[in-house]
Amino acid sequence: MTRDTFTLLCLLPLAIFTLAFLAIPIARLVLASGEGVDGWAIYLKILQTPRYLSTLVQTVLVSLATTAAALIISTTAGLYLVRNRFRGRSIILSILTLPLAFPGVVVGFMIILLGGRQGLFNQMLPGHWVFAYSVTGLFLGYLYFSIPRVLLTVMAAAEKIDPSLEEAARTLGAPPWRIMLDVLLPALAPALIAAGAIAFATAMGAFGTAFTLATDIDVLPMVIYTEFTLSANIAMASALSVVLGLVTWVMLLIARSLSGTTVAAGG
Amino acid sequence: MTRLTKVLPLLVTLLACAFLFVPIVMSVLAGLTVNYFRGLSSGLTLRWVGEVWTLYSGSIFLSIQLALACLVVTLILGVPAAYALARRPGRASRILEEFISLPLAIPGLALALALLQLYGSYQGFRMSWTFILVGHVLYTLPFMVRSVLAVLAAIDLQTLEEGAATLGAGPAQRFFDIVVPNAMPGILAGALTVVTLSIGEFNLTWMLHTPHLKTLPVGLADAYASMRLEVASAYTLVFFVMIVPLLMAMQWASARAQRITE
Repeated sequence: MTRDTFTLLCLLPLAIFTLAFLAIPIARLVLASGEGVDGWAIYLKILQTPRYLSTLVQTVLVSLATTAAALIISTTAGLYLVRNRFRGRSIILSILTLPLAFPGVVVGFMIILLGGRQGLFNQMLPGHWVFAYSVTGLFLGYLYFSIPRVLLTVMAAAEKIDPSLEEAARTLGAPPWRIMLDVLLPALAPALIAAGAIAFATAMGAFGTAFTLATDIDVLPMVIYTEFTLSANIAMASALSVVLGLVTWVMLLIARSLSGTTVAAGG
Repeated sequence: MTRLTKVLPLLVTLLACAFLFVPIVMSVLAGLTVNYFRGLSSGLTLRWVGEVWTLYSGSIFLSIQLALACLVVTLILGVPAAYALARRPGRASRILEEFISLPLAIPGLALALALLQLYGSYQGFRMSWTFILVGHVLYTLPFMVRSVLAVLAAIDLQTLEEGAATLGAGPAQRFFDIVVPNAMPGILAGALTVVTLSIGEFNLTWMLHTPHLKTLPVGLADAYASMRLEVASAYTLVFFVMIVPLLMAMQWASARAQRITE
Protein backbone atom coordinates (compact mmCIF):
# COMPACT_ATOMS: atom_id res chain seq x y z
CA MET A 1 0.00 0.00 0.00
CA THR A 2 1.49 3.34 -1.01
CA ARG A 3 1.34 6.39 1.19
CA ASP A 4 -1.19 8.15 -1.00
CA THR A 5 -3.59 5.22 -0.95
CA PHE A 6 -3.32 5.11 2.84
CA THR A 7 -4.00 8.86 3.12
CA LEU A 8 -7.09 8.53 0.96
CA LEU A 9 -8.21 5.54 2.99
CA CYS A 10 -7.95 7.69 6.11
CA LEU A 11 -10.32 10.22 4.62
CA LEU A 12 -12.83 7.69 3.34
CA PRO A 13 -14.97 7.09 6.49
CA LEU A 14 -15.35 10.83 7.09
CA ALA A 15 -16.16 11.46 3.43
CA ILE A 16 -18.89 8.82 3.39
CA PHE A 17 -20.44 10.08 6.63
CA THR A 18 -20.34 13.71 5.49
CA LEU A 19 -21.88 12.86 2.13
CA ALA A 20 -24.69 10.76 3.60
CA PHE A 21 -25.58 12.89 6.61
CA LEU A 22 -24.56 16.42 5.66
CA ALA A 23 -24.25 17.04 1.92
CA ILE A 24 -27.26 15.07 0.68
CA PRO A 25 -29.59 16.13 3.54
CA ILE A 26 -28.75 19.81 2.95
CA ALA A 27 -29.37 19.39 -0.78
CA ARG A 28 -32.69 17.70 0.08
CA LEU A 29 -33.62 20.61 2.38
CA VAL A 30 -32.92 23.18 -0.33
CA LEU A 31 -34.93 21.19 -2.88
CA ALA A 32 -37.81 20.70 -0.42
CA SER A 33 -38.11 24.46 0.01
CA GLY A 34 -39.03 24.73 -3.68
CA GLU A 35 -41.48 21.84 -3.70
CA GLY A 36 -44.46 23.67 -2.18
CA VAL A 37 -47.37 25.21 -4.06
CA ASP A 38 -45.40 28.42 -4.57
CA GLY A 39 -42.32 26.77 -6.05
CA TRP A 40 -39.16 28.82 -5.73
CA ALA A 41 -41.27 31.96 -5.33
CA ILE A 42 -41.56 30.86 -1.70
CA TYR A 43 -38.48 32.96 -0.93
CA LEU A 44 -40.34 35.98 -2.27
CA LYS A 45 -43.35 34.98 -0.19
CA ILE A 46 -41.27 35.23 2.99
CA LEU A 47 -40.74 38.91 2.23
CA GLN A 48 -44.36 39.47 1.21
CA THR A 49 -46.10 37.75 4.12
CA PRO A 50 -46.28 40.18 7.07
CA ARG A 51 -45.96 37.42 9.68
CA TYR A 52 -42.71 36.02 8.25
CA LEU A 53 -41.30 39.44 7.50
CA SER A 54 -41.97 40.75 11.00
CA THR A 55 -40.48 37.54 12.42
CA LEU A 56 -37.35 38.09 10.37
CA VAL A 57 -37.09 41.73 11.45
CA GLN A 58 -37.77 40.89 15.10
CA THR A 59 -35.14 38.11 15.13
CA VAL A 60 -32.54 40.41 13.58
CA LEU A 61 -33.37 43.22 16.04
CA VAL A 62 -33.16 41.01 19.16
CA SER A 63 -29.91 39.50 17.86
CA LEU A 64 -28.44 42.94 17.18
CA ALA A 65 -29.42 44.17 20.64
CA THR A 66 -27.85 41.06 22.19
CA THR A 67 -24.67 41.55 20.17
CA ALA A 68 -24.33 45.20 21.19
CA ALA A 69 -24.97 44.51 24.87
CA ALA A 70 -22.65 41.48 24.95
CA LEU A 71 -19.87 43.45 23.24
CA ILE A 72 -20.12 46.36 25.69
CA ILE A 73 -20.30 44.18 28.82
CA SER A 74 -17.70 41.61 27.77
CA THR A 75 -15.19 44.15 26.44
CA THR A 76 -15.40 46.14 29.67
CA ALA A 77 -15.06 43.04 31.82
CA GLY A 78 -12.47 41.42 29.55
CA LEU A 79 -10.18 44.47 29.52
CA TYR A 80 -10.52 44.82 33.27
CA LEU A 81 -9.62 41.17 33.88
CA VAL A 82 -6.64 41.27 31.50
CA ARG A 83 -5.15 44.37 33.13
CA ASN A 84 -5.80 43.71 36.77
CA ARG A 85 -4.53 40.89 38.95
CA PHE A 86 -6.37 40.59 42.22
CA ARG A 87 -7.60 37.96 44.63
CA GLY A 88 -10.71 36.23 43.36
CA ARG A 89 -9.88 37.03 39.75
CA SER A 90 -9.72 33.39 38.73
CA ILE A 91 -13.05 32.70 40.45
CA ILE A 92 -14.67 35.59 38.54
CA LEU A 93 -13.17 34.25 35.33
CA SER A 94 -14.53 30.74 35.99
CA ILE A 95 -18.00 32.11 36.71
CA LEU A 96 -17.98 34.17 33.52
CA THR A 97 -17.08 31.16 31.36
CA LEU A 98 -19.24 28.60 33.18
CA PRO A 99 -22.32 28.96 30.91
CA LEU A 100 -20.28 27.93 27.82
CA ALA A 101 -21.51 24.36 28.11
CA PHE A 102 -25.13 25.15 29.04
CA PRO A 103 -27.71 24.18 26.44
CA GLY A 104 -30.31 26.79 25.49
CA VAL A 105 -33.03 25.10 27.56
CA VAL A 106 -30.99 25.51 30.75
CA VAL A 107 -30.29 29.16 29.90
CA GLY A 108 -34.04 29.64 29.47
CA PHE A 109 -34.62 28.15 32.92
CA MET A 110 -31.99 30.49 34.42
CA ILE A 111 -33.98 33.45 33.07
CA ILE A 112 -37.21 31.99 34.46
CA LEU A 113 -35.54 31.79 37.89
CA LEU A 114 -34.68 35.49 37.60
CA GLY A 115 -37.76 36.89 35.92
CA GLY A 116 -40.45 34.23 35.98
CA ARG A 117 -43.62 34.16 38.06
CA GLN A 118 -41.75 32.60 41.00
CA GLY A 119 -38.58 34.44 40.00
CA LEU A 120 -36.14 36.41 42.12
CA PHE A 121 -37.29 39.85 40.97
CA ASN A 122 -40.98 39.13 41.46
CA GLN A 123 -40.30 37.89 45.00
CA MET A 124 -37.91 40.62 46.10
CA LEU A 125 -39.51 43.71 44.58
CA PRO A 126 -42.96 45.11 45.22
CA GLY A 127 -45.34 44.96 42.27
CA HIS A 128 -45.40 42.71 39.23
CA TRP A 129 -41.89 41.88 37.93
CA VAL A 130 -42.37 39.08 35.41
CA PHE A 131 -40.28 39.57 32.28
CA ALA A 132 -39.02 36.06 31.47
CA TYR A 133 -41.75 35.26 28.96
CA SER A 134 -41.38 38.43 26.90
CA VAL A 135 -38.90 39.76 24.40
CA THR A 136 -36.90 41.09 27.38
CA GLY A 137 -36.55 37.54 28.69
CA LEU A 138 -35.40 36.35 25.30
CA PHE A 139 -32.87 39.17 25.11
CA LEU A 140 -31.53 38.33 28.58
CA GLY A 141 -31.32 34.64 27.70
CA TYR A 142 -29.33 35.36 24.55
CA LEU A 143 -27.13 37.74 26.53
CA TYR A 144 -26.55 34.99 29.12
CA PHE A 145 -24.90 32.67 26.63
CA SER A 146 -23.23 35.42 24.57
CA ILE A 147 -21.26 37.02 27.42
CA PRO A 148 -18.85 34.05 27.92
CA ARG A 149 -18.26 33.56 24.18
CA VAL A 150 -17.50 37.24 23.53
CA LEU A 151 -15.42 37.51 26.70
CA LEU A 152 -13.05 34.69 25.69
CA THR A 153 -12.46 36.17 22.23
CA VAL A 154 -11.88 39.68 23.59
CA MET A 155 -9.53 38.51 26.35
CA ALA A 156 -7.44 36.45 23.92
CA ALA A 157 -7.00 39.54 21.73
CA ALA A 158 -6.43 41.95 24.63
CA GLU A 159 -3.60 39.82 26.01
CA LYS A 160 -1.72 40.30 22.75
CA ILE A 161 -1.86 44.12 22.81
CA ASP A 162 1.57 45.65 23.37
CA PRO A 163 1.37 47.50 26.75
CA SER A 164 4.04 49.98 25.60
CA LEU A 165 1.55 51.50 23.14
CA GLU A 166 -0.69 52.47 25.99
CA GLU A 167 2.22 53.73 28.06
CA ALA A 168 3.36 55.91 25.18
CA ALA A 169 -0.11 57.40 24.86
CA ARG A 170 -0.19 58.07 28.59
CA THR A 171 3.21 59.80 28.68
CA LEU A 172 2.05 61.95 25.79
CA GLY A 173 -0.77 63.07 28.06
CA ALA A 174 -3.75 61.25 26.57
CA PRO A 175 -6.73 60.95 28.95
CA PRO A 176 -8.11 57.43 29.57
CA TRP A 177 -11.01 57.81 27.12
CA ARG A 178 -8.60 58.84 24.34
CA ILE A 179 -6.42 55.80 25.06
CA MET A 180 -9.53 53.63 24.85
CA LEU A 181 -10.69 55.23 21.61
CA ASP A 182 -7.35 55.62 19.80
CA VAL A 183 -5.26 52.72 21.11
CA LEU A 184 -7.32 49.90 22.59
CA LEU A 185 -10.41 49.78 20.39
CA PRO A 186 -8.50 49.85 17.07
CA ALA A 187 -6.24 47.05 18.33
CA LEU A 188 -9.27 45.04 19.42
CA ALA A 189 -11.37 45.77 16.32
CA PRO A 190 -10.89 42.43 14.48
CA ALA A 191 -11.64 40.46 17.66
CA LEU A 192 -14.70 42.61 18.37
CA ILE A 193 -16.12 42.11 14.88
CA ALA A 194 -15.46 38.37 15.09
CA ALA A 195 -16.99 38.07 18.56
CA GLY A 196 -19.94 40.19 17.47
CA ALA A 197 -20.56 37.99 14.45
CA ILE A 198 -20.48 34.88 16.65
CA ALA A 199 -22.89 36.42 19.15
CA PHE A 200 -25.23 37.53 16.36
CA ALA A 201 -25.23 34.14 14.61
CA THR A 202 -25.78 32.26 17.89
CA ALA A 203 -28.70 34.51 18.83
CA MET A 204 -30.27 34.17 15.37
CA GLY A 205 -30.30 30.39 15.57
CA ALA A 206 -31.03 29.93 19.27
CA PHE A 207 -33.93 27.54 19.63
CA GLY A 208 -33.70 26.02 23.10
CA THR A 209 -33.94 29.32 24.98
CA ALA A 210 -36.97 30.53 23.04
CA PHE A 211 -38.53 27.08 23.41
CA THR A 212 -38.18 27.05 27.21
CA LEU A 213 -39.43 30.59 27.68
CA ALA A 214 -42.41 29.49 25.54
CA THR A 215 -42.94 33.03 24.44
CA ASP A 216 -45.59 34.18 22.01
CA ILE A 217 -42.90 36.26 20.40
CA ASP A 218 -42.15 35.09 16.90
CA VAL A 219 -38.46 34.50 16.38
CA LEU A 220 -37.18 32.59 13.38
CA PRO A 221 -36.31 29.24 15.03
CA MET A 222 -39.68 29.10 16.81
CA VAL A 223 -41.57 29.89 13.59
CA ILE A 224 -39.62 27.19 11.72
CA TYR A 225 -40.49 24.76 14.49
CA THR A 226 -44.20 25.54 14.46
CA GLU A 227 -44.40 25.56 10.65
CA PHE A 228 -42.86 22.10 10.63
CA THR A 229 -44.61 20.42 13.55
CA LEU A 230 -47.98 22.17 13.83
CA SER A 231 -48.77 23.44 10.35
CA ALA A 232 -46.86 20.68 8.52
CA ASN A 233 -45.82 23.40 6.08
CA ILE A 234 -42.65 21.57 5.07
CA ALA A 235 -41.75 23.87 2.18
CA MET A 236 -41.94 27.05 4.30
CA ALA A 237 -40.08 25.45 7.22
CA SER A 238 -37.36 24.41 4.78
CA ALA A 239 -37.17 27.81 3.08
CA LEU A 240 -36.92 29.63 6.43
CA SER A 241 -34.24 27.15 7.54
CA VAL A 242 -32.25 27.82 4.37
CA VAL A 243 -32.46 31.59 4.96
CA LEU A 244 -31.49 31.18 8.62
CA GLY A 245 -28.63 28.83 7.76
CA LEU A 246 -27.28 31.18 5.11
CA VAL A 247 -27.32 34.18 7.46
CA THR A 248 -25.57 32.39 10.32
CA TRP A 249 -23.06 30.75 7.97
CA VAL A 250 -22.05 34.08 6.40
CA MET A 251 -21.72 35.66 9.86
CA LEU A 252 -19.42 32.90 11.09
CA LEU A 253 -17.41 33.06 7.88
CA ILE A 254 -16.74 36.72 8.68
CA ALA A 255 -15.78 35.78 12.23
CA ARG A 256 -13.39 33.08 11.06
CA SER A 257 -11.67 35.21 8.47
CA LEU A 258 -11.03 37.90 11.08
CA SER A 259 -9.94 35.93 14.11
CA GLY A 260 -9.55 32.33 13.05
CA THR A 261 -11.71 31.07 15.89
CA THR A 262 -15.28 30.00 16.15
CA VAL A 263 -16.69 29.25 19.54
CA ALA A 264 -19.43 26.67 19.31
CA ALA A 265 -22.79 27.97 18.31
CA GLY A 266 -25.69 26.64 20.35
CA GLY A 267 -28.33 27.95 22.66
CA MET B 1 -13.21 61.03 36.35
CA THR B 2 -10.22 58.83 37.18
CA ARG B 3 -12.14 57.14 39.96
CA LEU B 4 -15.08 56.53 37.70
CA THR B 5 -12.94 54.91 35.00
CA LYS B 6 -11.45 52.66 37.65
CA VAL B 7 -14.66 51.69 39.45
CA LEU B 8 -17.02 51.37 36.49
CA PRO B 9 -15.28 48.41 34.79
CA LEU B 10 -15.14 46.51 38.07
CA LEU B 11 -18.82 47.21 38.63
CA VAL B 12 -19.73 45.93 35.15
CA THR B 13 -17.62 42.81 35.71
CA LEU B 14 -19.27 42.07 39.05
CA LEU B 15 -22.76 42.72 37.68
CA ALA B 16 -22.13 40.35 34.77
CA CYS B 17 -20.89 37.76 37.28
CA ALA B 18 -24.03 38.19 39.37
CA PHE B 19 -26.25 37.91 36.29
CA LEU B 20 -24.65 34.60 35.31
CA PHE B 21 -24.13 33.13 38.76
CA VAL B 22 -27.18 34.11 40.83
CA PRO B 23 -29.64 31.95 38.85
CA ILE B 24 -27.22 29.00 39.06
CA VAL B 25 -27.13 29.31 42.85
CA MET B 26 -30.91 29.72 42.92
CA SER B 27 -31.47 26.57 40.93
CA VAL B 28 -29.09 24.59 43.15
CA LEU B 29 -30.88 25.86 46.28
CA ALA B 30 -34.35 25.34 44.79
CA GLY B 31 -33.45 21.75 43.98
CA LEU B 32 -32.49 21.12 47.60
CA THR B 33 -35.20 22.99 49.57
CA VAL B 34 -38.41 21.40 50.80
CA ASN B 35 -40.59 24.23 49.50
CA TYR B 36 -39.02 26.87 47.30
CA PHE B 37 -41.89 29.28 47.71
CA ARG B 38 -41.53 29.29 51.50
CA GLY B 39 -37.76 29.58 51.18
CA LEU B 40 -34.79 27.93 52.86
CA SER B 41 -36.52 28.01 56.26
CA SER B 42 -38.69 25.10 55.09
CA GLY B 43 -35.55 22.95 55.33
CA LEU B 44 -33.17 21.09 53.04
CA THR B 45 -34.01 17.80 51.39
CA LEU B 46 -32.74 15.30 48.83
CA ARG B 47 -36.31 14.30 48.05
CA TRP B 48 -36.42 16.17 44.72
CA VAL B 49 -33.11 14.71 43.57
CA GLY B 50 -34.54 11.29 44.40
CA GLU B 51 -37.67 12.06 42.42
CA VAL B 52 -35.54 13.13 39.45
CA TRP B 53 -33.71 9.83 39.68
CA THR B 54 -36.91 7.76 39.54
CA LEU B 55 -38.42 9.89 36.79
CA TYR B 56 -35.43 10.61 34.59
CA SER B 57 -32.57 8.21 35.28
CA GLY B 58 -33.28 6.64 31.88
CA SER B 59 -32.59 9.94 30.13
CA ILE B 60 -29.35 10.39 32.06
CA PHE B 61 -28.10 6.94 31.03
CA LEU B 62 -29.18 7.49 27.42
CA SER B 63 -27.18 10.72 27.34
CA ILE B 64 -24.09 8.98 28.71
CA GLN B 65 -24.50 6.15 26.22
CA LEU B 66 -24.91 8.64 23.35
CA ALA B 67 -21.90 10.69 24.44
CA LEU B 68 -19.64 7.62 24.61
CA ALA B 69 -20.86 6.26 21.27
CA CYS B 70 -20.42 9.72 19.78
CA LEU B 71 -16.87 9.77 21.11
CA VAL B 72 -16.05 6.40 19.53
CA VAL B 73 -17.49 7.42 16.15
CA THR B 74 -15.79 10.84 16.10
CA LEU B 75 -12.47 9.16 17.00
CA ILE B 76 -12.80 6.64 14.16
CA LEU B 77 -13.95 9.23 11.61
CA GLY B 78 -12.04 12.24 12.85
CA VAL B 79 -8.50 11.22 13.83
CA PRO B 80 -7.53 9.49 10.53
CA ALA B 81 -9.19 12.29 8.58
CA ALA B 82 -7.26 14.95 10.51
CA TYR B 83 -4.06 13.03 9.70
CA ALA B 84 -4.94 12.94 6.00
CA LEU B 85 -5.73 16.67 6.03
CA ALA B 86 -2.42 17.40 7.79
CA ARG B 87 -0.48 15.27 5.27
CA ARG B 88 -1.93 16.99 2.25
CA PRO B 89 -2.52 20.62 3.12
CA GLY B 90 -3.99 22.53 0.22
CA ARG B 91 -7.10 23.96 -1.29
CA ALA B 92 -9.09 20.71 -1.39
CA SER B 93 -8.29 19.98 2.27
CA ARG B 94 -9.32 23.47 3.31
CA ILE B 95 -12.63 23.18 1.49
CA LEU B 96 -13.32 19.79 3.07
CA GLU B 97 -12.49 21.17 6.52
CA GLU B 98 -14.83 24.12 5.91
CA PHE B 99 -17.56 21.79 4.73
CA ILE B 100 -17.49 19.47 7.72
CA SER B 101 -17.53 22.61 9.92
CA LEU B 102 -20.91 23.67 8.51
CA PRO B 103 -22.81 22.18 11.49
CA LEU B 104 -21.08 24.78 13.68
CA ALA B 105 -22.62 27.55 11.62
CA ILE B 106 -25.99 26.15 10.59
CA PRO B 107 -28.48 26.04 13.49
CA GLY B 108 -29.25 22.54 14.77
CA LEU B 109 -32.91 22.99 13.97
CA ALA B 110 -32.17 23.39 10.24
CA LEU B 111 -29.82 20.39 10.22
CA ALA B 112 -32.42 18.28 12.00
CA LEU B 113 -35.06 19.26 9.43
CA ALA B 114 -32.68 18.22 6.66
CA LEU B 115 -32.01 14.82 8.29
CA LEU B 116 -35.71 14.25 9.00
CA GLN B 117 -36.75 14.92 5.44
CA LEU B 118 -34.18 12.56 3.99
CA TYR B 119 -34.34 9.70 6.52
CA GLY B 120 -37.65 10.29 8.32
CA SER B 121 -39.45 7.60 6.31
CA TYR B 122 -36.97 4.85 7.21
CA GLN B 123 -38.87 3.90 10.39
CA GLY B 124 -36.29 1.43 11.72
CA PHE B 125 -33.57 4.08 11.60
CA ARG B 126 -35.83 7.00 12.54
CA MET B 127 -37.03 5.32 15.74
CA SER B 128 -33.63 4.07 16.91
CA TRP B 129 -31.11 5.87 19.11
CA THR B 130 -28.59 5.80 16.25
CA PHE B 131 -30.63 8.52 14.52
CA ILE B 132 -29.89 10.88 17.42
CA LEU B 133 -26.30 9.64 17.37
CA VAL B 134 -25.93 10.79 13.75
CA GLY B 135 -27.01 14.29 14.79
CA HIS B 136 -24.54 14.37 17.67
CA VAL B 137 -21.66 13.12 15.50
CA LEU B 138 -22.49 15.73 12.86
CA TYR B 139 -22.33 18.50 15.46
CA THR B 140 -19.21 17.34 17.35
CA LEU B 141 -17.06 15.96 14.51
CA PRO B 142 -15.60 19.34 13.46
CA PHE B 143 -14.31 19.88 17.01
CA MET B 144 -12.45 16.56 16.96
CA VAL B 145 -10.98 17.09 13.48
CA ARG B 146 -9.85 20.65 14.18
CA SER B 147 -8.40 19.86 17.58
CA VAL B 148 -6.29 16.98 16.21
CA LEU B 149 -5.40 18.87 13.03
CA ALA B 150 -4.12 21.87 14.99
CA VAL B 151 -1.67 19.67 16.92
CA LEU B 152 -0.57 17.69 13.86
CA ALA B 153 0.02 20.86 11.87
CA ALA B 154 2.35 22.15 14.60
CA ILE B 155 4.70 19.16 14.73
CA ASP B 156 7.16 18.06 12.04
CA LEU B 157 5.17 15.06 10.91
CA GLN B 158 7.19 14.60 7.72
CA THR B 159 10.55 14.09 9.45
CA LEU B 160 9.10 11.78 12.08
CA GLU B 161 7.39 9.65 9.47
CA GLU B 162 10.40 9.53 7.17
CA GLY B 163 12.52 8.34 10.06
CA ALA B 164 10.05 5.58 10.82
CA ALA B 165 9.79 4.66 7.13
CA THR B 166 13.57 4.20 6.81
CA LEU B 167 13.34 1.82 9.73
CA GLY B 168 10.79 -0.17 7.73
CA ALA B 169 7.47 0.91 9.23
CA GLY B 170 4.50 0.74 6.85
CA PRO B 171 1.84 3.48 6.60
CA ALA B 172 -0.56 1.87 9.08
CA GLN B 173 2.18 1.19 11.63
CA ARG B 174 3.41 4.77 11.29
CA PHE B 175 -0.12 6.03 11.89
CA PHE B 176 -0.57 4.09 15.12
CA ASP B 177 3.00 4.35 16.45
CA ILE B 178 3.97 7.87 15.38
CA VAL B 179 0.91 9.92 14.52
CA VAL B 180 -1.52 8.89 17.27
CA PRO B 181 0.92 9.30 20.20
CA ASN B 182 2.06 12.68 18.91
CA ALA B 183 -1.50 13.86 18.37
CA MET B 184 -2.59 12.72 21.84
CA PRO B 185 -3.01 16.20 23.43
CA GLY B 186 -5.26 17.18 20.51
CA ILE B 187 -7.17 13.90 20.69
CA LEU B 188 -7.74 14.36 24.43
CA ALA B 189 -8.95 17.95 24.04
CA GLY B 190 -11.18 16.91 21.15
CA ALA B 191 -12.56 13.93 23.08
CA LEU B 192 -13.52 16.02 26.12
CA THR B 193 -15.13 18.63 23.87
CA VAL B 194 -17.13 15.95 22.06
CA VAL B 195 -18.44 14.39 25.29
CA THR B 196 -19.29 17.78 26.87
CA LEU B 197 -21.14 19.02 23.80
CA SER B 198 -22.95 15.73 23.23
CA ILE B 199 -24.31 15.62 26.79
CA GLY B 200 -25.60 19.20 26.49
CA GLU B 201 -26.94 19.03 22.92
CA PHE B 202 -30.60 20.07 22.66
CA ASN B 203 -31.48 21.79 19.36
CA LEU B 204 -30.84 18.81 17.09
CA THR B 205 -31.88 16.22 19.64
CA TRP B 206 -35.27 17.78 20.30
CA MET B 207 -36.23 17.32 16.64
CA LEU B 208 -34.67 13.86 16.24
CA HIS B 209 -35.83 12.21 19.48
CA THR B 210 -38.85 9.95 19.88
CA PRO B 211 -41.10 9.74 22.97
CA HIS B 212 -39.19 6.64 24.11
CA LEU B 213 -35.76 8.15 23.60
CA LYS B 214 -35.30 11.22 25.78
CA THR B 215 -31.82 12.54 26.44
CA LEU B 216 -30.90 14.60 29.50
CA PRO B 217 -31.52 18.04 27.91
CA VAL B 218 -34.76 16.79 26.32
CA GLY B 219 -35.84 15.58 29.76
CA LEU B 220 -34.91 19.00 31.15
CA ALA B 221 -37.18 20.75 28.65
CA ASP B 222 -39.89 18.30 29.65
CA ALA B 223 -39.37 19.01 33.37
CA TYR B 224 -39.34 22.80 32.84
CA ALA B 225 -42.67 22.59 31.07
CA SER B 226 -44.53 20.18 33.32
CA MET B 227 -42.86 19.64 36.71
CA ARG B 228 -42.87 21.74 39.86
CA LEU B 229 -39.99 24.17 40.20
CA GLU B 230 -38.17 22.08 42.83
CA VAL B 231 -38.01 19.00 40.57
CA ALA B 232 -36.94 21.05 37.55
CA SER B 233 -34.22 22.64 39.69
CA ALA B 234 -33.04 19.32 41.11
CA TYR B 235 -32.78 17.94 37.58
CA THR B 236 -30.77 21.01 36.53
CA LEU B 237 -28.55 20.40 39.56
CA VAL B 238 -27.88 16.84 38.34
CA PHE B 239 -26.99 18.26 34.94
CA PHE B 240 -24.58 20.80 36.49
CA VAL B 241 -22.88 18.07 38.51
CA MET B 242 -22.25 16.19 35.26
CA ILE B 243 -21.32 19.06 32.95
CA VAL B 244 -19.20 21.38 35.12
CA PRO B 245 -16.32 18.90 35.76
CA LEU B 246 -16.40 17.99 32.06
CA LEU B 247 -16.23 21.65 31.08
CA MET B 248 -13.29 22.26 33.40
CA ALA B 249 -11.43 19.20 32.10
CA MET B 250 -12.15 20.35 28.55
CA GLN B 251 -10.75 23.83 29.20
CA TRP B 252 -7.66 22.35 30.85
CA ALA B 253 -7.03 19.94 27.94
CA SER B 254 -7.64 22.63 25.30
CA ALA B 255 -5.19 25.02 26.98
CA ARG B 256 -2.64 22.20 27.15
CA ALA B 257 -3.09 21.35 23.44
CA GLN B 258 -2.89 25.01 22.53
CA ARG B 259 0.52 25.38 24.17
CA ILE B 260 1.85 22.85 21.63
CA THR B 261 0.47 24.71 18.65
CA GLU B 262 1.91 28.05 19.69
